[in-house]
Parts: sequence; C-alpha cells; structure tokens
Amino acid sequence: MVVRENFQLQLEEMKQAIVQISKLTEEALELSVDALKNQDLDKALQIIENDNRINVLEDEINDMAILLIAKQAPVASDLRRIIAAIKISSDIERMADFAVNIAKSTIRIGKEELIKPLEELPKMAHHAINMLRTATKAYIDEDVALAKELGELDDFVDETYGKIIKELLELMTQHPEQLSQISQLLFVCRYIERTADHATNIAESIIFLVKGKRYGLND
Amino acid sequence: MDITINKQLVQKGEKDQDFTPVFNINNLNLWYGQDHALKDIKFDIPEKQVTAIIGPSGCGKSTFIKTLNRMVEMVPIVRMSGEIVYRDKNIFDPKYGVEELRTQVGMVFQKPNPFPKSIYDNVAYGPRIHGIKNKKVLDEVVEKSLRGAAIWDEVKDRLNENAYGLSGGQQQRLCIARCLAIEPDVILMDEPTSALDPISTLKVEELVQELKKDYSIVIVTHNMQQAARISDRTAFFLNGEVVEYTDTSTLFSNPSDKRTEDYITGRFG
Repeated sequence: MVVRENFQLQLEEMKQAIVQISKLTEEALELSVDALKNQDLDKALQIIENDNRINVLEDEINDMAILLIAKQAPVASDLRRIIAAIKISSDIERMADFAVNIAKSTIRIGKEELIKPLEELPKMAHHAINMLRTATKAYIDEDVALAKELGELDDFVDETYGKIIKELLELMTQHPEQLSQISQLLFVCRYIERTADHATNIAESIIFLVKGKRYGLND
Repeated sequence: MDITINKQLVQKGEKDQDFTPVFNINNLNLWYGQDHALKDIKFDIPEKQVTAIIGPSGCGKSTFIKTLNRMVEMVPIVRMSGEIVYRDKNIFDPKYGVEELRTQVGMVFQKPNPFPKSIYDNVAYGPRIHGIKNKKVLDEVVEKSLRGAAIWDEVKDRLNENAYGLSGGQQQRLCIARCLAIEPDVILMDEPTSALDPISTLKVEELVQELKKDYSIVIVTHNMQQAARISDRTAFFLNGEVVEYTDTSTLFSNPSDKRTEDYITGRFG
C-alpha cells in the first residue's frame, strides 16, 4: 500500500492546474504580441475576455493549497511544494495580466499607423514567453539546473529592454505628435520586461521547492 | 528590519549545537537479550529547552528516554554500553545513586497514573518521602506545584478529594505537578498526551512551553505536529539509531536525511 496515496494525487492535481494556467497564460501572451503587431483589435478584446479563466484558475489553485494545508498538515518538501504552487500561480497570473495590459495598449493605439514596424519588441516578447515555457518545464521536471538558466535568459531581456527604451525615447523627441502611441509602446516594453522578471521568480520558487533554500535570480 | 530577522532564522538553522547540555550521550548501546535496541546513540540534550524524540513504533525512543533516569534497568534482560553524562557525572557510575538521579530527573508517563489518594497527597507524596513533614511547607509545595502544572484553579477547592475523580487531562497535569513537587532539573515525558483529548493535549502543550523556562524537558511523542509545535530540537529515531538530530525548524522544513523526510511527510511508518 502506498501511504498517503490520496494526498499524493491531490498534489499531482495541483501541479496539473499550474501547468494548465501556465499554458493559458502562454497563449494569452502570444496572442497579445500578435494583436499588437498586426493591430488586431478583435484579438486584443478576446485576450481581455479570456483573462477571467486564468483568474478563476489561480483562485482554484489557492483553494486547493489552503485545503491541503488545513487537512493534510504538510511538512518539509510537501509543504514547500504547496507554498511554491501558491507563489508560482500568483506569478503566472500576473504575467497574464500583462497580456491584458498589452491588449489594452493595442486598443489604445488602435488603427493608427505604427511609427515604425515592430521588430525588436516582438522578439523580446517571444523571448519572455519562452522564459515562461522554460520555467514551466523546470517546474514539471523539478529541474534546478534549468531553473537557474532563467537568470541568464532574463539578462538578455533586460538588455533588449534598455535598447528599445532608448530608441523609443529618441523617437519621442523626433515625433512629438506621436507621443501617445510611443508612450503605449513604452508601456508594452515595460510589461514584457516585467513578464520576464516573473519567470525568474518562478525559477526561484522551483529552487526553493527542490532544495529548501532561497536563491536570488533577479539580482 | 525584515532582512535582519531573516538572517537570524537562517543562523538558527546553521548554528547547530549552540547550547549548554544537560545530558551528553556517548556511544550508548542497549540490548534486550539478543535484540540490539539502541545503536551508538550520541547526542547532547540542551538545558532549559524542549527536546522531542520522534520515530515509528519500536524504533527505541521509549527505551532511550527510560535510560536517562535508568528506569530501563528494571527490565531484567537489559545490557548496556557507552555512557550518559548528566551534568558532568556518568549516571552509570556505581557511586551515583539511582534515587539521587531520579530526584533530578522526573518522569511523566503516557497514561496518567495518579496514586489512589487525594489530590493533595499525590503531590505531597514525593516531598514526604524526602522527609518534609511540616504541614505549612507541604501546603506551599503542593500549591506551587499545582500552580506550576496549571491545574491549581481547577482543584484548589477539592484538594482532599480522590485524584481518580479528575478528568484524564487533569490527572495528567496532576502527575506533572507531582513530578514538579520534588523540584527536578529534567522532566522526561513519554507520550504524555496520547491518552488525552485535543483540548487537554493543547493545555499540556502550553504547560510544556511554560515549564521549559525552569526545566529541561525531553518528550517522546507520536504526534509529529506536537513535536513541531512545542520542541526546540528534535531527534528522529529509526531502528535504534538517531538518523537526524537538529533544531526543530530545520527538521520539519528541510530535513537533510531522506528517511527523515519520508517519515515526517508520512510516506512510511
């Protein structure tokens, strides 16, 4: 007989819910970049509408965690697994909020012609989305080495962020009449940079889960 | 501010063995006939802290706690080697009287075991044996001990009633009072709450927290949450060996041995 089989199943269920919320968020972020690039307002609206599913799922994960703590009195790695689930789901939910923010910026920019074709920004966004994908894989496999790689991946995002911001600020002085659009692009740039930061937070939670030690990747 | 607190927590985990020991156990081995029940036990028990002993049934934890006041010697087929040093004296030294040891090291058992006497006489029993006859002194000892065991308010108006009339939880606190009456240095508790209801259990747990200000406490418990709640250090016993002994926070959050992890998370035992 496997001792605590039911508890084990519930922990697995919680893990699957995290994988699911991560998948939905990944899709939302992909869509948001797509909508921005193609100025597709319908798609942008769709993202805002879909976000509710992600919020509900985060609540469900928190409820599972609360019940497991209350009923199972978890300790050691079980407890860390549950705490990590709470933190990771919260990070992912924030990432999904950034997808919504990007969608809102897309709507604000509207059909107005873009000041220049977006190249670096989507590249940076895809990089950040890839970080979420990597973090999720590291979570599924409880792979500390892979989680640690996220620190380096984040450095690339930070560098690109600096470059794009600089470029947008220059455009601002050159095209003051486009101030509104450029501000929105600045915001989007910031949202993407923050998305990547949350991926490194997830990596830190994974390391805590596996090793029981804190490890700073955002420094 | 937060950072400082965090650092202290981390240090607590890392700074092992930073305490004054009341017991040093060195290479203690114990056999019941051919059965090797304790194997090379070696660790120190801190003064004025609560040390919990956990482990599955038959792992040797009760045997171990009973060696600390030499009660285990009452089993005829017991053989022992190694030493237990209590405050710089080897308790197995023939010159060290067992009565003297047990005056210093009191014990509370799994099932409350009051004498079939009045509440007062139960507590006064030890002091009387030690020659105290003066009524006034005895009254003081009884009140002080009952207060110390957090049961005075419940029994002060019926000290002459038979102790058997008390509830299980009250009887257990009475036994703790009886133990306090001889002013021991160490209190051994062998699953002191396993026969009690949850509220009585919590009362005894609260009491243990109070008592550790003045006494060193060693508690054997099957209730791991209890060990986590009330102890400062925890030893995990398995098959007569100490698998892991460290501060309780570390043991229950991030144990270093896989067997400890499996036991406390309920994956075996």
